[in-house]
Amino acid sequence: MTALQSITLRRLAIATLVVMGAGYALAFLYAPQDAQEGFAQKIFYLHVPLAIVSLLGFIVGGIHAIRHLRTGDPKHDARSYVSIHISIIFGLAVLLTGAIWAKSQWGEWWEWREPTLVSFLIVFLLYATYYPLRYAIEDRDRQARYASVFAITAGAFVPLNFLAVRLAQPYIHPRTFSSSGGLPGEMLLAFLVCLAGMALLWVTLVWFELDAKAASGNLAKIRRALEASA
Amino acid sequence: MTPFAALLRKDLRVELRTLRSLPAMALFAVTAFVIFRFGLDRTTLDGDLAAGVLVPTLLFAALLAINRLFVAEREEGGFDLIRLAPVDRTLLFAAKASALVIYLVVLELIAVPIFALFFLGSGAGLLPFALILLLMNIGLAATGTVISTIATMSSARDLLAPLILLPLLVPLVIGAAGAGEHLLAAGGPDYGGFGKWLGLLGLYDLIFLLVGYATFDFLLED
Repeated sequence: MTALQSITLRRLAIATLVVMGAGYALAFLYAPQDAQEGFAQKIFYLHVPLAIVSLLGFIVGGIHAIRHLRTGDPKHDARSYVSIHISIIFGLAVLLTGAIWAKSQWGEWWEWREPTLVSFLIVFLLYATYYPLRYAIEDRDRQARYASVFAITAGAFVPLNFLAVRLAQPYIHPRTFSSSGGLPGEMLLAFLVCLAGMALLWVTLVWFELDAKAASGNLAKIRRALEASA
Repeated sequence: MTPFAALLRKDLRVELRTLRSLPAMALFAVTAFVIFRFGLDRTTLDGDLAAGVLVPTLLFAALLAINRLFVAEREEGGFDLIRLAPVDRTLLFAAKASALVIYLVVLELIAVPIFALFFLGSGAGLLPFALILLLMNIGLAATGTVISTIATMSSARDLLAPLILLPLLVPLVIGAAGAGEHLLAAGGPDYGGFGKWLGLLGLYDLIFLLVGYATFDFLLED
């Protein structure tokens, strides 16, 4: 079982490498240079896929949390935890690349009138409390249940928060892309391949960490058995 | 008496006898207004500045009550009793959220007139603003009750609730302050965007009441 899983994980890692490599090759070599922004616009192929995958990861964490509460199976709690964990790391990268993009586009490191960036910051701040929450509850079952309730609450919050911040803008800041449909074909293709690569990277990392957790859990079990027999 | 009414009555009676939350909330709000008077160095406020002082102050005052919401249950074993009682545990969520809404309404009945007296030229916008505040209170009570339960059962206690709640409450601040900006404007209330903010606050209330209703049972399991 574990051997099979590690083979699958290896294949997944190779697929991630290939798709991401292809995506960024397309982005740099095939997609045309943006007429207004020039080379700096290339960060779009990193920032936007990171943001989309990170937000979807938070939602996936919430769905695993619902499964955990329904079944009481700790497996689903582990999946929820790892999904949120990897998404928080992606989220940090989103904020950093967002700041760099804002600097190149508007000359400021931070732009409060850009609703997507501000919404993302609020979501990030909320999920940043996930670790103190988990570590403040010692009983394992209770920790898992409470973390799941948090993951569901926060998952419901994500779309609502985007709506609220969008409504708070007196006007919508000029944006590079209103939707992916507005992109020229070559850019859209490069973007979609980058997005697929980023999604694969997220899945690989989640899988890897779940495997590592399972392995260290097994190791502890074997150690305990050894100590008991010795 | 229904179990819901009994639970709610118990909370209100305890609050009336001990006065643990409400006086502290009111005092906090009034002191915060004085702090803002010097911090902003303004003697009158209107529009976005008025809403920006009033709404966050009410929110921070609400955190005081949210932190204390389940302290009696934890210390006196109320959680075990509700687990033993042959009633739906979600009733505790409904009762606590209702108690919190009542505390917040009382707080606002004290703090908002004082705010108007201190800073506002006219109170014309306060009546429609009360509707906005009521919707804000319901949302605050829904998320506050869930997060308060989590925080009370954790070892971090008072630290955790504000940390989790502040980002969760941002949409409520956006809605209430957005409506307040127009309703408390210097030239009298202006209903621009009033429906939009009502809709946002109503949607927030609905979503988090449902989330609380669906998940509260799991918080009480042992």
